[in-house]
Amino acid sequence: MVACECKCGEDELTKQLEKIIDQYRGQPTGLIQVLTRAQELIGYLPRWALIMIAEGLGLSLQEVYGVVTFYAFFSLIPRGRHKISVCAGTACYVKGTKMVLKTLREAIGIKPGQTTPDSRFTLEIVRCIGACGLAPAMIIDGKDVHGRLEPEQIPAILEQYA
Amino acid sequence: MQEVLKVREGVPSATCKAHIMVCGGQGCISSKCGEVVDALKESLNKNGLTEQVRIILTGCMGPCDMGPVAIVYPDATFYRRLRPKDAEAIVEEHIMKGAPVQRLLYRAPGAKEPTPCIHDIDLFKKQQKIVLRNTIYIDPLSIEEYIGRDGYAALAKVLTQMTPAQVIEEVKKSGLRGRGGAGFSTGMKWGFTAAAPGTPKYVVCNGDEGDPGAFMDRSVLEGDPHSVIEGMAICGYAIGAEQGYVYVRAEYPLAIQRLSYAIEKAREYGLLGKNIFGTSFNFDIEIRIGAGAFVCGEETALLASIEGKRGEPRPRPPFPAQSGVWGKPTVINNVETWANIAPIILKGADWYASIGTEKSKGTKVFALAGRINNTGIVEVPMGITLREIVYEIGGGIPRKKQFKAVQTGGPSGGCIPAEHLDTPIDYDSLGALGAIMGSGGMIVMDEDTCMVDIAKFFLDFVVDESCGKCSPCRIGTKRMYEILDRITNGQGREGDIELLSELATTIKNTALCGLGQTAPNPVLSTIRYFRDEYEEHIKERKCRAGVCELK
Repeated sequence: MVACECKCGEDELTKQLEKIIDQYRGQPTGLIQVLTRAQELIGYLPRWALIMIAEGLGLSLQEVYGVVTFYAFFSLIPRGRHKISVCAGTACYVKGTKMVLKTLREAIGIKPGQTTPDSRFTLEIVRCIGACGLAPAMIIDGKDVHGRLEPEQIPAILEQYA
Repeated sequence: MQEVLKVREGVPSATCKAHIMVCGGQGCISSKCGEVVDALKESLNKNGLTEQVRIILTGCMGPCDMGPVAIVYPDATFYRRLRPKDAEAIVEEHIMKGAPVQRLLYRAPGAKEPTPCIHDIDLFKKQQKIVLRNTIYIDPLSIEEYIGRDGYAALAKVLTQMTPAQVIEEVKKSGLRGRGGAGFSTGMKWGFTAAAPGTPKYVVCNGDEGDPGAFMDRSVLEGDPHSVIEGMAICGYAIGAEQGYVYVRAEYPLAIQRLSYAIEKAREYGLLGKNIFGTSFNFDIEIRIGAGAFVCGEETALLASIEGKRGEPRPRPPFPAQSGVWGKPTVINNVETWANIAPIILKGADWYASIGTEKSKGTKVFALAGRINNTGIVEVPMGITLREIVYEIGGGIPRKKQFKAVQTGGPSGGCIPAEHLDTPIDYDSLGALGAIMGSGGMIVMDEDTCMVDIAKFFLDFVVDESCGKCSPCRIGTKRMYEILDRITNGQGREGDIELLSELATTIKNTALCGLGQTAPNPVLSTIRYFRDEYEEHIKERKCRAGVCELK
């Protein structure tokens, strides 16, 4: 998901976010659903969106922040165009997560939790993507699973994501 | 529909030459099974067979490391490690001429001849499938195929022939225990909720599966979503609930997609919604998406998360059976538990209770991974030994390495060493060994694994995932992690093992929820069975597995 940086797009995003909020207006229990879809829409959860969501569902901004910061899935800062999630589940750990991380860090020059200066990649460590049979594995953009990783394959995989 | 499914039971059909079932589990999708499907379609088209051969993408078939895998019916030929270029051979040699493609067949280790039929392969023969009864047979997107395999017949039976009390009695009698970890009697849980005062009541499916090393729930949700829906509806009738929630992790988009589709179809067919089967019973299900917090697998935390709050646990009692979602009586069971319900109702409690051990009935699905030849999902009767799972089903340890331990139950579980390989597996025997069944993750470790490092790995996980509400878990596990970090860095001190044990016991006794109470288990079990490795690290600054960089 590309984070929208241009001003002209913001009105459109606001409108779409209003639509998402409308389904749960006045219902604090829909918070996680709304946050998930808002993040899908915008790419992360900027302050203006959180304010809109808090007002729409009838929650305080503090309550919304409380939930956003609790769950690993939500991000308060913009992310790169492609999110690389390296699996650190037990099977992957036993079979070489350390090696995958080392190779990735050398290839794109950032630590887990960071985004490359050109906004191409965000690197993160996740806990078990459920592809243990293919360990060690990583998942890119939440959908492409790359398994049975060997260090020499990593550059070629990264090339597929411009 | 029966006609169609017969082909998959080995009965040749006049109108249909063959069915090619391609595994569509996450493992095979990652191994690019989509390209294989495209190539098969193209090849069928070229030979004018599109009308006579069906290609079906199924749920996970189990043997993930052999992927992409496929089964050709009616002869049930099992193919593995398929590439798009193999499609032509399968269509032209096997389907048209009846000669299975030898080079793509499974060959048992050391065997000269391949084993073509899936039912003859050891890996499958040793298994007994109840939960996964449909995953190699049906298209998960087809409610008709589920119905064709007796789907929703159990729901029809309870609604038309049984009273709610009889349903609860049947589940109790079956001896089914919760497959999520703690192993509490499912029937008793339902009974408590049915008897609890307060309406409305709710049914919840725990599909959080945050355990590292576990992926059986996802394979059920992706491969046979209707079995979960049916189980929940039966419970709804038994306890008097009209609303159910399925809580699934956001990390499982395919499971969410297939389950949403299944719920929609069930509604269309009148199997969810108002007046199901023309009775006065109403029941519907909504999906709630989890946002990545391990603690949400703990039932009280999960309930808070369903309500849109931070997923923090609260003390029990009151148990969810008295006070669950929105403070109302709630049954909460794991995905695998739900998938067991329909067969119990249809075939009877006595049939179910005849499988397994005295106190652990039925089968258990395990996710087998780590340093083992056959990784993937297996379903075995309770009471099978670890040795049978590791060596007969799992095919042993690769590269002639020495087996060291099996880790079960994830961060709440423990490591079982080689001397206990012949223990029959059930809830109680694993507990006695200092491990737990958990949801069923099973990671095999060989001599290249350092047990102190593994203990540190799990503590790191718990420190990261602790919700922070209670201090034994928030502070205690952090202190344990620091000690383990020191030991693995070569800075271990005399007395560290005792200090770890003391901290572990205190945390076990005082933490608020299951996450904290079980967090020290990996440390305690590695100290119990691999104390010499800890001592080597501390006294000799030596790591025999060569994993730790000791300064």
